[in-house]
Amino acid sequence: MTQLLVSDVTLTFGGLNALSKVDITIEPGLITSIIGPNGAGKTSILNCISGFYHPTQGQIHYGERNLTHASPHQISNIGIARAFQNLELFRGLSVLDNLLLARHQNLKYSILHAIIYFGKASRVEAENRAYVEKVIDFMELEPYRKSMVGNLSYGVQKRVEVARALTLAPKLLLLDEPMAGMNIEEKEDIVRFILDLKKEWGVTVVLVEHDLGVVMDISDQIYVLDFGEVIGAGDPQQVASDPKVIEAYIGEE
Amino acid sequence: MENQDHLLQYTIPQLLRWRVHNTGDKVALREKDFGCWNSYSWDQYYVFVRMAGLGLKKIGFEKEDKLAIISDNIPETLYMAIGAQAVGGVSSAIYQTSLPEEIGGILEYLGVSIVFCSDQEQVDKVAEVRGKIPGVKKVIYEDPRGMRSYQTDPWFMSIEELYRLGEEEHLENPELFDKLVEAGKPDDVCHLCLTSGTTGLPKGAMLTHRNYINMGLQLTQVDPLEDTDEYLSFLPFAWIGEQMNSFGVAMASGIAINFPESVETSMDDLKEIGPHFMFGAPRIYETIRSQIWLKIDESYWLNRIFYHYFMKIGEEAAEYRMSGRPMPGRLRLLAWLGKQIIFRPLVNQIGFLRLRRAYTGGAALGPELFTFYQAIGVNLKQIYGQTEIVGIAYMHRDGDVRPDTVGKPLPGTECRISEEGEILSRSDSVTPGYYKLPEKSAELLEGGWLHSGDAGYIDEHGHLVVIDRISDVMHNSNGEMFSPMFLENRLKFSPYIKEAVIFGDKKDYVAALINVDPIVVGKWAEDRGISFSTYMDLSFRPEVAELIEGAVQEINKNSEKPHFKIKRFALLYKLLDMDDGELTKTGKIRRKFVREKYHDLYESLYDENMSEKRVEAFYQYQDGQTTTVDTTIRFYSMAEG
Repeated sequence: MTQLLVSDVTLTFGGLNALSKVDITIEPGLITSIIGPNGAGKTSILNCISGFYHPTQGQIHYGERNLTHASPHQISNIGIARAFQNLELFRGLSVLDNLLLARHQNLKYSILHAIIYFGKASRVEAENRAYVEKVIDFMELEPYRKSMVGNLSYGVQKRVEVARALTLAPKLLLLDEPMAGMNIEEKEDIVRFILDLKKEWGVTVVLVEHDLGVVMDISDQIYVLDFGEVIGAGDPQQVASDPKVIEAYIGEE
Repeated sequence: MENQDHLLQYTIPQLLRWRVHNTGDKVALREKDFGCWNSYSWDQYYVFVRMAGLGLKKIGFEKEDKLAIISDNIPETLYMAIGAQAVGGVSSAIYQTSLPEEIGGILEYLGVSIVFCSDQEQVDKVAEVRGKIPGVKKVIYEDPRGMRSYQTDPWFMSIEELYRLGEEEHLENPELFDKLVEAGKPDDVCHLCLTSGTTGLPKGAMLTHRNYINMGLQLTQVDPLEDTDEYLSFLPFAWIGEQMNSFGVAMASGIAINFPESVETSMDDLKEIGPHFMFGAPRIYETIRSQIWLKIDESYWLNRIFYHYFMKIGEEAAEYRMSGRPMPGRLRLLAWLGKQIIFRPLVNQIGFLRLRRAYTGGAALGPELFTFYQAIGVNLKQIYGQTEIVGIAYMHRDGDVRPDTVGKPLPGTECRISEEGEILSRSDSVTPGYYKLPEKSAELLEGGWLHSGDAGYIDEHGHLVVIDRISDVMHNSNGEMFSPMFLENRLKFSPYIKEAVIFGDKKDYVAALINVDPIVVGKWAEDRGISFSTYMDLSFRPEVAELIEGAVQEINKNSEKPHFKIKRFALLYKLLDMDDGELTKTGKIRRKFVREKYHDLYESLYDENMSEKRVEAFYQYQDGQTTTVDTTIRFYSMAEG
């Protein structure tokens, strides 16, 4: 069964078509990558899926649900999480606090409970902490648990950004260039995390990435965008041999 | 403390059971996982060991079979090792950093039938050499992460599955485990500990239950431990330094072992645990000191003033404390004040507040580091021993810490110096030999003494002084022995001396080529208004020569034997360098090469009429260009005395 269906989506800013008639099918449990040159509309797609933009035309369905006009918090509540290309973290808070904060939507107790901090409130907090620790263990962030995010290296901050998305226990994870600006070792780490996410946690991953080597290596399905249109789709081999894709990337011979 | 010698009649699994009977609900192990410290009592410890042991038995692990462990520091390492020992098997451990080829070779040599790995990284390495190790029947892993692709292959098994098999066996046959544990004898070999071979494959020293327990008992006789004390396990388990604590000391004294969350967090976990004793290589203590210096430097001015003032007081007090002399009243008061104002909080910050004793071993530690730690109130002591005698056989006693010695033998350890000057030891902790290497074993244990391969002597206080590897020592023309490395280290303890090369093999006296430290001496010269241009220029300033002469004089004054005195030296015009082949990749001096290269200088050092010589100094720059400079080198003779 298809997990997420983007059908015939067009997104217009003034007279400019950021996306035109895009069809994307995301199958559960797979890694689907979206690639394309700068300005091709990759991030726009993610923005549409996560509810920051609403398509001018077309529909987005998550299972049975229509997400076309859903707001970002509704979308995050149904299990779609996103790690941003530019880090969206609280630089002055510790890694632990950043991750706990990301779970605020799971804090289902009243202000009164919070003041007494007994029974439900403390139990819910403990559950949240336990979940966050699971994510810390998975992303190997133990040494940085209490460090302020602003003091960490860029590669580690990126990992915290992915971890922040994971604390929402997503079924579908949108990763916007998780490897940008990383060195080879950090990239290898992230690739391992993504593969483990798919295999161990069964999370569906949508990956926007510039590093073609990585994309070809780990993707099950690839969509190629250029000027807001899908110009190629298929498994890595099909995409790599598609003349239209080669043209978009390398130019005409 | 009550006599614990009766514990020597047990094997390690039997002693574990004895602890269960006596203090079953006391915490034995603690592990940080998901941010929480989880405790395991001796009872639980025993249950895990039983599940692992019977599980191993169920998959065909028999008496005298070998288990190899390639794992980070986790409690499961102990469950597996002691579980294997309980059913009559032998455990062994391989460094986690070993490469696949190396692992394959070791597994083959030891005849291992079951391998335990902590995670995918280690499993991958074993899987890579699978074709070369037909003897290995199963690979058991702890962390299932990333193991999905291995799950269909019966060669691999999770520890959960092993536990399940063990528990099944126990339910079917509840007396079996006790019977197996009962059958063990204290003199059975329980572990094969690999000794670091610098060439070829490492040798596996066979160690018995009695070897480990005896070492633990000997150590706690000198430095008693309470069973409420804490220890943090962060050294590699393949090193004797970790095994002697987890098999020997912990079993003999009943202390709790704490396992850090991960390798990277061990120093933070140290702070949280606040251990009562620790053991480490000198590098750890050097790193911690640098961190303290850095933090003090970044601290605000009042802190810095207090620190520097009380550091001087502390150093003075440390001299008294290390030699066990009573302190004058005024100094005692000031030292107490310094402890309350600055050192207690400082030591608390690094997690050493509860530390009663810290041991260092494996390599030489500068005397100033001892003084530093003693000054801030950390009781740092030197130990000495080999894998073949379960790590520690010699140790400083409290109130008798001498930085240049390794202390006195532990009770029950005999020490002798052979005619060749080699350190020989004898105790209940000495290995019965190397696995499958009878010739090497005979050499090691010739005449019933453990041959350390180290040269040393016993000083007038009864302390053992280790000089060098016996293969590296030199003899002067009278046949008297001395160690070039030992003397070079002495010279290098002077802040003004960067590098030194000692000569004197088959010569009348010891002579040295010395490199001054460009930074320290450069600063020294600037402070005194002595101008210089290059390193060569700096080295040849008469004032600098005088400075070094003073340093050498000081060393000669303190030398233990008259033939250790350095009679002549010269200052070299360039720093010894790896790229020029004068140093090895690990920074050791290539003595022979240096002697050939500076042959002229070497000759002149032994020609007492020569006070200076013109030489051509040959330079190679980083870009490969070379140049030759004519220069005059002076030779300095030290006054007698």
